[in-house]
Amino acid sequence: MYRKERSVPLKSSSSALYNNLSVLPLRDKQLTYFAAVHGSSVSLASAAPGGLSVSHRQLQAKEGAGVGCNSSFPFQASWCVLPSRVLLVLTSQKGIQVRVLLPFLGSGKGGAQAVFARGIAAASGRFICVGTSSGLVLVFDVPSKGTNITLSEVLEEHRDSITDITSEDGAADLVTADDSGALCVWKAKEEFSLLTRISAFGWTCSSVKLWNGVIAAGYGNGQIRLYEATGGALRATVSAHARWIYALDLAPLTGKLLSGAEDSYVQIWKLSRSPDTGDIEIEHCHSECVTDTQLCGARFCDPEGNSFAATGYDLSEIVRYGQV
Amino acid sequence: MFNKKFMEELFKPQELYSKKALRTVYDRLAHASIMRLNQASMDKLYDLMTMAFKYQVLLCPRPKDILLVTFNHLDAIKDFIRDSPNILNQVDETFRQLIDMYSCLSAGEFQLIRQTLLIFFQDMHIRVSIFLKDKVQNSNGRFVLPLSGPVPWGTEVPGLIRMFNCNGDEVKRAEFTNGGNYISPQREGSFDLYGDRKLHIKFSIKAENAAPNPLAKEELNFLARLMGGLEIKKPNGSEPGFRLNLFTTDEDEEYAALTRPEELSYKVINIQATQDQQQNEELARIMGEFEVTDQPRQSTSRGDDLLAMMDEL
Repeated sequence: MYRKERSVPLKSSSSALYNNLSVLPLRDKQLTYFAAVHGSSVSLASAAPGGLSVSHRQLQAKEGAGVGCNSSFPFQASWCVLPSRVLLVLTSQKGIQVRVLLPFLGSGKGGAQAVFARGIAAASGRFICVGTSSGLVLVFDVPSKGTNITLSEVLEEHRDSITDITSEDGAADLVTADDSGALCVWKAKEEFSLLTRISAFGWTCSSVKLWNGVIAAGYGNGQIRLYEATGGALRATVSAHARWIYALDLAPLTGKLLSGAEDSYVQIWKLSRSPDTGDIEIEHCHSECVTDTQLCGARFCDPEGNSFAATGYDLSEIVRYGQV
Repeated sequence: MFNKKFMEELFKPQELYSKKALRTVYDRLAHASIMRLNQASMDKLYDLMTMAFKYQVLLCPRPKDILLVTFNHLDAIKDFIRDSPNILNQVDETFRQLIDMYSCLSAGEFQLIRQTLLIFFQDMHIRVSIFLKDKVQNSNGRFVLPLSGPVPWGTEVPGLIRMFNCNGDEVKRAEFTNGGNYISPQREGSFDLYGDRKLHIKFSIKAENAAPNPLAKEELNFLARLMGGLEIKKPNGSEPGFRLNLFTTDEDEEYAALTRPEELSYKVINIQATQDQQQNEELARIMGEFEVTDQPRQSTSRGDDLLAMMDEL
């Protein structure tokens, strides 16, 4: 169903971090932008169709004055698409970068505990939400022009480090996931309000996606779970991978889901809702093995899900696959 | 190496060591004994150590297993020093500290520790002959990741899809083939002071018995075999001890030193240099603990040599 296409070479290899691949397809420019984290910098690459004319940039996690001898490791880099502009958001141990460095807000708890930000999503057409190691979710208001980004709200529901955040406009707007495996579902109007809380079952939820009111969550025990966004009812469990899942992605126009894990596999699934019963269904479509690679990021490269890309720990390229 | 002060320093929450810092600690540890290695042999020994450890961290089925790897190492060390009650106490004390500090961490926190360790090892693809021979490493330096065997404790063998209605009743089941060839796990390994760790990351050199092979013991055996070219030089002047050459001849060693690719050179930092870095001061203080004041013992067997080295630290 899919065949391997030309890889995008990277200047440096990808790190073992959750959701470590961000893809931005620009249809009008016939270009696809990729971002992945390597050690202390972020690799950016852009590729034209067919993998020709690739260009690279490397972003250092620069923190400004007063830095010790250790550089700060970025945790995640993600393209955020807002109606007015597209931003690249980087999180690290020291803070959050949205082209302009926002120093770390919240607890000044340094010292004994790791302090970092992780989990990035654009929401409701005007917010950027970023998770933190303390479990707080910071909501930033982004104006359509200028650099005056303000912290509009802090969501305090999670007790463990945030792992991933996802959004979709609909009955539910935002889903946040944490290290313990708990999920929170939010609605955004002027402020965010908690709709549902889905309890953990003992495994980290490393990646979460939202589609048509269905939450897809990937866990450390290799399982994918589907929940109803309103109410939080469990609708499906899939023993999908033999190792820790690192990334999920959804193709919004078709309901295709992909999962990437440390077991070297990318699995492609199809979500649907039965018109008679309203039950959520999931079927397996395709397996792809990236030999000897623990995958850390995987994304569809177009909204129909006709092509996808993946990164792996220590792998100095982005592997790509396209539908035959 | 297991003395209280050094362990206290190690257990303090701190950032990941830089490559230079770790290499310096390693050099001082090795040289704090009667062992002497020149640059090429030291490089080779360090390469072997880092690649072996990278392999173990990378292939841990669950993040918490990195703790089992450490326990495996300590078990092997205890085996070597079982006749020395003082050292045995120190190692047991270290064991207890590890259990205190780490047993209550969640899987997610262990995964973060593992991801941080993996940053240290990123892009290291040094080929180790014993790994290549055992097909554990490819000729391009990357480790082989098996697609079969038992899944980690707590994971299900991939293949089953279960779907539920809004009342929570299972209404449909489906199966799929995931591509691998996995089986159910056996018992979970023990995290106690004593116990069967049940963690067998495949790395056996020779003796493949039915009994489990603690990984670290194999590494030390390997080192002892490499030390087959051991010669105890007569002390002349102030520098007694033996010189360890990890190559087959002295000429090979010199050649390796000359032809080592630039990017693989470890630039060992000079602790004596007056740099205004707090971390260097910390390290210098720790290094100070390692001064060997006693005369090295003469011993009869190779195993005792290793023991002697460990006792001096």
